Amino acid sequence: MIEKLFLYLEYPFVRYALIVGVLIALCSSLLGVTLVLKRFSFIGDGLSHVAFGAIAIASVLNLTNEMLLVLPVTILSAILLLRTGARTQIKGDAAIAMISVASLALGYLLMNLFSTSSNLSGDVCSTLFGSTSILTLSGREVVLCVVLSVVVLAIFILFYNKIFAVTFDEDFSRTTGMRTDSYNLLIAVVIAVIIVLAMNLVGSLLISALVIFPALSSMRLFKSFRMVTVSSAVLSVFCAFFGIVISILAGTPVGSTIVAVDVLAFLLCYSIGRATGGLAA
Amino acid sequence: MALLTVKDLSLGYDGQAIAEHLNFIVNAGDYLCVVGENGSGKTTLMKTLLHLQEPLHGEILTGEELKEGDIGYLPQQTLVQKDFPASVEEIVLSGFQGRLGLRPFYNRSEKELAKKNIERMGIAHLSRRCYRELSGGQQQRVLLARALCATGKILLLDEPVAGLDPMVTAEMYQLIKDLNKDGITIIMISHDIGAAVTYSSHILHIGNTVFFGTTEEYVESEVGRFFLTQQKGGLQ
Ligand SMILES: Nc1ncnc2c1ncn2[C@@H]1O[C@H](COP(=O)(O)OP(=O)(O)OP(=O)(O)O)[C@@H](O)[C@H]1O
Ligand SMILES: [Mg+2]
Repeated sequence: MIEKLFLYLEYPFVRYALIVGVLIALCSSLLGVTLVLKRFSFIGDGLSHVAFGAIAIASVLNLTNEMLLVLPVTILSAILLLRTGARTQIKGDAAIAMISVASLALGYLLMNLFSTSSNLSGDVCSTLFGSTSILTLSGREVVLCVVLSVVVLAIFILFYNKIFAVTFDEDFSRTTGMRTDSYNLLIAVVIAVIIVLAMNLVGSLLISALVIFPALSSMRLFKSFRMVTVSSAVLSVFCAFFGIVISILAGTPVGSTIVAVDVLAFLLCYSIGRATGGLAA
Repeated sequence: MALLTVKDLSLGYDGQAIAEHLNFIVNAGDYLCVVGENGSGKTTLMKTLLHLQEPLHGEILTGEELKEGDIGYLPQQTLVQKDFPASVEEIVLSGFQGRLGLRPFYNRSEKELAKKNIERMGIAHLSRRCYRELSGGQQQRVLLARALCATGKILLLDEPVAGLDPMVTAEMYQLIKDLNKDGITIIMISHDIGAAVTYSSHILHIGNTVFFGTTEEYVESEVGRFFLTQQKGGLQ
């Protein structure tokens, strides 16, 4: 088993997959707590469908670099969704549902009408569930992923205290003179970038799982924001690593395997939390 | 110049006024109590003073010594969701947001000051505990410590004793009075008219009749006498 793993590690595409997978898992776990607590989880879901629609358009237009279209479109939608969501909760939810199913349907329709590929359902499936595209990353894509991950990580660390404040009590933060709207915007943009990144790894249907499960698991165990954040990051990296390794050895789809490991970790944390009443702060 | 000067202020939502033509002045060191029935617009007034919402009419002038964000606020309800993981320390430190500006991390003097404010509120033994697991009274103290980190000048407190038992209520009032003695200006919303006239230096009554003046004047006034006897009657 181990030998087989080392044999695989000789191949650059396996190493790329591990590096990119671990980085994406790290980034996506960071904002999980904020997303869950601000009831933004829906936005994550909606955005991933928008990204799917954008990919469909990009492939119809035969763009060589999909990212150039997908990233701006997703960021723009994130900003729009946050705008409507901030006003009233219900309208925000409805808007998200509308945009997300509309882009899903349009995306599929476009691919169906214009696709030149002989394996259409395979293409759609891999966009939705990630499939093996992570094992076919080119050097350029890896570099892009690494750069974006580092940017996301840097932003998160630099704005950690602000993200905590706007997540915990937005009104209070505003009274201290903080520009909360700008920070909400920043959060939305970062979420959009993370989602576009994570499309490569787990596909658009499973992204929410990658963002939310590590945060939910950690919230079972820890009681301070910092510990929950650190633990989410560690847990997410761990799950992604094992998910990728298992999928390579067992030949299972990468995205679903990672999510399955995340779900297992959640169940474990849930039981531990139940049994001990949570670890120390 | 006064810390706050409110001129012909009207407030409300969507163009609908709830309270109109408010005029009052808050000087440094004052202890102003805002009283009035449920729904008379006390919370709305506070949010307007904090620029969380636009006034419909009129103006709020702040003295030169009061810079933007130099206000500590204790909300009536903090809409913290029940599973928010945050320790007391983290919450109190977040009071320094305004001072932080674009600097990413808190510095040592801020951490020291946060610790001092936690001690001042008598909750040092809770500083590593999780906020959501504290009692209502303990949570109020945490939020008060956070408000103190935001400013040393003026505190706006929206019903700080709501839901607390009589013992803890008395302690909370004493704590606020002590802060006032230390030179911090207080604007407090209260339903407890008895406590309001005991502790405050000025009263603003909003509702059908509007009154602003010193506490002595209020007790002598018609609206004050009426409100006081009504509340005493209600308690019996
Ligand atoms: N977000 C809002 N949009 C529209 N109307 C509102 C909103 N919040 C409050 N109101 C209305 O404004 C009026 C005043 O509300 P406010 O919360 O200021 O009262 P209050 O004096 O603080 O009452 P209480 O003593 O119950 O706290 C109420 O009639 C309320 O229904
Ligand atoms: Mg109120």
